[in-house]
Amino acid sequence: MNLLPVLDLGLAILVLAVAGWTIAAREAFGAVVGYVAYGLLLSIVWVRLYAPDVALTEAAIGSGVTGVLLVTSGARLRRAGGVEAAAPGLSQRVLAAALAVLVAAALAAVVLMLPEPPPTLAPEAREGLAATGLGNPVTAVLIAYRSFDTMLEKVVLLLAVVGVWSVASDRFWGGAPAPLGRARPQGALIFLDQALVPLGILVGIHIFWVGADEPGGAFQGGAILAAMWMIVMIARLTGPPRVGARWLRLALIAGPAVFLAVGLAGLGIAGNFFAYPAGFAKPIILFIEAFMVLTIAVTLPMLVAGPPRRSPEP
Amino acid sequence: MSVALDLFSLVAIGLGAFFFFAGAVGLLRFPDSLTRLHALTKADNLGLGLVVLGLLPRVESLLDALRLIAIWALIQVSGASTAQLIGRALSRRGAAE
Amino acid sequence: MNSVLLVAAGFILLMVAAGLVRVLRGPGDVDRMMAVQLLGTGGIASLLLIASATTVAGVEDVALGLALLAAFASIAFVNSAETDGPESSEVDPG
Repeated sequence: MNLLPVLDLGLAILVLAVAGWTIAAREAFGAVVGYVAYGLLLSIVWVRLYAPDVALTEAAIGSGVTGVLLVTSGARLRRAGGVEAAAPGLSQRVLAAALAVLVAAALAAVVLMLPEPPPTLAPEAREGLAATGLGNPVTAVLIAYRSFDTMLEKVVLLLAVVGVWSVASDRFWGGAPAPLGRARPQGALIFLDQALVPLGILVGIHIFWVGADEPGGAFQGGAILAAMWMIVMIARLTGPPRVGARWLRLALIAGPAVFLAVGLAGLGIAGNFFAYPAGFAKPIILFIEAFMVLTIAVTLPMLVAGPPRRSPEP
Repeated sequence: MSVALDLFSLVAIGLGAFFFFAGAVGLLRFPDSLTRLHALTKADNLGLGLVVLGLLPRVESLLDALRLIAIWALIQVSGASTAQLIGRALSRRGAAE
Repeated sequence: MNSVLLVAAGFILLMVAAGLVRVLRGPGDVDRMMAVQLLGTGGIASLLLIASATTVAGVEDVALGLALLAAFASIAFVNSAETDGPESSEVDPG
């Protein structure tokens, strides 16, 4: 079917064009809109590359949550007023462009110079699936083969939240971030929330659960749950929680803590750090993933909500 | 029977693609934000709705059909509601200018 | 039949990509946002067509997730768009 290369070429050109717009846009909102479009197109590219897990992650986190984060921060900066960002000088921009071209050229050279057939670990990854009991090799790589790495990524998320909170003034520490939504919520938004959020929660849990055997997983499910919570906060049906709230802090550390605990327990039970006992791998993996979903669903909205701006109640 | 179903799918998907075309043309050519919003919602509702309708005869199982219908219902509800939100934002902007 | 579905998917993508020109021109933020909304819906339609035409697993779930996230992004963007009337009294002290 020789229509597909034409489609692929069209997609590639489109991605480059939208990326060019994103860089050249004068205004923050326009650039972020371009960035979200870029993420959507990339998501379709990933599907064309037979990587639906990455496609979902790109759409959820790369384009969706990051886009919302950028646009919310941009709106806050605009409202705070008097923040004239110093535009980067010409030499800075030339340097940044040169660096970007260098990295892109290096990546392209590596990909084009790969021997035919390219070296790959995919067959070994598939062979190991039987031992883990999983059906999705991507999940196996994330939670079984290189699980330590994944746990450290969760710790990085936690550090990001701490970094965002540390920007607050001392007197606000422990308080709640500013509300996400405008005052005077509209009926249409509340209706949309009531219609969307229950289904969204169901879909988020479904995508997490199904990720063991089919495309999906903790990241994607957690991001969808995070998006649902943010929708509720934007409609002002609930406010951002106080930063000092115990349940919030427990939820934030639950993912990496449980992961680490299981990894350490592996020392005693399965003979090695981060080893899973044979035959029990899949339930343990799902157990860890459940807490990771909780952490991701709580961390992402906290990143978007920003530093606390209210004093904690006396 | 399956020829009739294929024909139905073809017609529905063709109409859906046409509505996406109409929506894109409207988005580009209409003079005003609110009229462009009108074009957008037609593409959202009718375009995607007809495509989903055309794909329904091709599903393998009841679960797949339910999932397609869920996607369709989701887009209908969210599309209509966000159109309301966008419309209100536009009218607020118009009033402020 | 499969090739027809793929042609339809490509055509729809082409259409919504053309609509992206509105991101360039649109006089207001909301216009740009509408173009991306169209891209999202077109992307979902294309993904559903591709899912039906090929045997890649899990693409319907991608479409489902994309539908939810498109709604989420639209809500958040409309919330942040520069269409303020009188500002609420809860402006953060900055």
